[in-house]
Amino acid sequence: MGYTIAEKILAAKSGKTSVRPGEIVDAYPDLVMSHTATWRSVSVMQKVGASKLYDPDRLAVVLDHIAPAKTEKNATDQQVSRNFARTNGINKFYDVDAGIAHLVLMEAGHVAPGDLIVGTDSHCTIYGSLGALGTGIGYTEVASVWITGKLWMKVPETFKISLSGKLAPGVYSKDLMLYLIGTLGADGCGYKAVEFHGDAVTGLSVSERMTMTNLAMEMGVKCAFVPPDAKTEEYLRGRLDESKRYQPVYADADAAYEKELSVDLGKLEPMVACPHEVQNTKPIQAVEGTRIDQAFLGSCANAKYEDLEVAARILKGRRIHPNVRLIITPGSKEILLEASKTGVFQTLLESGGMFTNPGCGACAGDGGIMADGEVCLSTANRNFIGRMGSSKAEIYLSSPATLAASAIKGVISDPREFF
Amino acid sequence: MEQTIQGRAYKFGDNVNSDIIIPGRYLIYIDRERLAQHAFEVLGEGFPAKLREFQILVAGRNFGCGSAREQAATAIQGLGIQAVVACSFARTFYRNAINDGLPIFECPELYPDVQEGDSLRIDLAASKIHLREKEYAFPQLPDSVKKILELGGLAAYLKTQLHGT
Repeated sequence: MGYTIAEKILAAKSGKTSVRPGEIVDAYPDLVMSHTATWRSVSVMQKVGASKLYDPDRLAVVLDHIAPAKTEKNATDQQVSRNFARTNGINKFYDVDAGIAHLVLMEAGHVAPGDLIVGTDSHCTIYGSLGALGTGIGYTEVASVWITGKLWMKVPETFKISLSGKLAPGVYSKDLMLYLIGTLGADGCGYKAVEFHGDAVTGLSVSERMTMTNLAMEMGVKCAFVPPDAKTEEYLRGRLDESKRYQPVYADADAAYEKELSVDLGKLEPMVACPHEVQNTKPIQAVEGTRIDQAFLGSCANAKYEDLEVAARILKGRRIHPNVRLIITPGSKEILLEASKTGVFQTLLESGGMFTNPGCGACAGDGGIMADGEVCLSTANRNFIGRMGSSKAEIYLSSPATLAASAIKGVISDPREFF
Repeated sequence: MEQTIQGRAYKFGDNVNSDIIIPGRYLIYIDRERLAQHAFEVLGEGFPAKLREFQILVAGRNFGCGSAREQAATAIQGLGIQAVVACSFARTFYRNAINDGLPIFECPELYPDVQEGDSLRIDLAASKIHLREKEYAFPQLPDSVKKILELGGLAAYLKTQLHGT
């Protein structure tokens, strides 16, 4: 019986020849990401009286939530993180200008197939879009990995999701994920690894794959993978940092999957997650006509260049509804730069949208807070109560295309009429 | 960690996410008291004050899902809650609770039988929860993980690893 991607990576990172689900190993991550929470891990180091890092080159620090600082407290916390990075010679330090940690680290070539990556963020699962095992941990545990280089990990069972067919125009991998989360539930893949397979995967861009492995978190996964292929290699060519090599890890043909399911992409339609749970998904027809006050094009799920481009294609030559504020928070500086070169930036501005600086933005409760009774349509990955300000506000989640169509109409709208 | 945890139970449903437990805007704090003041406040009137009358939280499936914020476990401890018993936990909350020294137990059989205010007794050595005349078994944590919890969390565990005390 063969092995899955998660089993192979966890075996390799714990110095074993093989591991099976349920086994607990001491694993040594290749990269430990900490974002705005970094100062908290620094405080843990002080508390336990540790000063030496296991390997400074394995640390990555990215200040992305609430960046730049909006209060003196934020500023002081960021100062602690910044000083920590400088004092300890952290080369992979990215300040408040860079963008969302996950996207910044992948763009900078710090994520390679087969890597084990942990970090202070649940959406570390996104690294699986490049074939790496990414998973979230708390800030105390991050400090522990900084000091000891390792953490205990349980080897998860793996689910195999096979994709066939082709997405219809106006339908995206975000819709696929909302469909899956709605069907399987918020813990449908609780503690499991998920591998996406099938002919249709090769047709999906790396950006679409990032959305998939990011959103997979919302069905409870520990990690999710798109097996590397020519598109992965192309994305990483010239990008991987000097310490990395392109060495994909694949599942064996006879790997043991706990569960297998398949989805025909051709049958999917635009989906929307309704308040206040991501699993509360509905096909677009069921929510069409719902008034929106704000449209947020942002987050690690869907504020990549392709996402902005999709929105711009729909908004080109059109104006957003006068009652809607369209807030665009690019995922990273690299994305914003590209958008400014290609005209996407201008198109989105001319349509009536506004840009904030790259980062987590409204998804982390920064620029774009909602008032009582307001409704936001967001391309993010969470619509939990109170996540964007008032607990009496409502958040719906959709693809960037649905968002753009809805911003024009002022109500949740089917994007397919624009294709 | 005490060998017996006893107290009145407050009951939640499924999928209580960590944004509900502690909203993102309070993650600028890491101390228990400060966080506890805002724990579960999005649930509306009476929260979190009413939770201070309970010592054990009982929940359905996937408790603590969503964000990896460790303060979810810290905030619950700040309320004076001594243990959480759920049908299942989201993995980030599970790890954070252990690392924060908050005892957690998976026991789906108990859930349907518990009413708000019921008195529970959790016997750690016997791996049993007592409710009225009935007892419910829960799986033991792996030894290495149990050690972290017994010392009161990962920071304390690290201290003993680093300094031997």
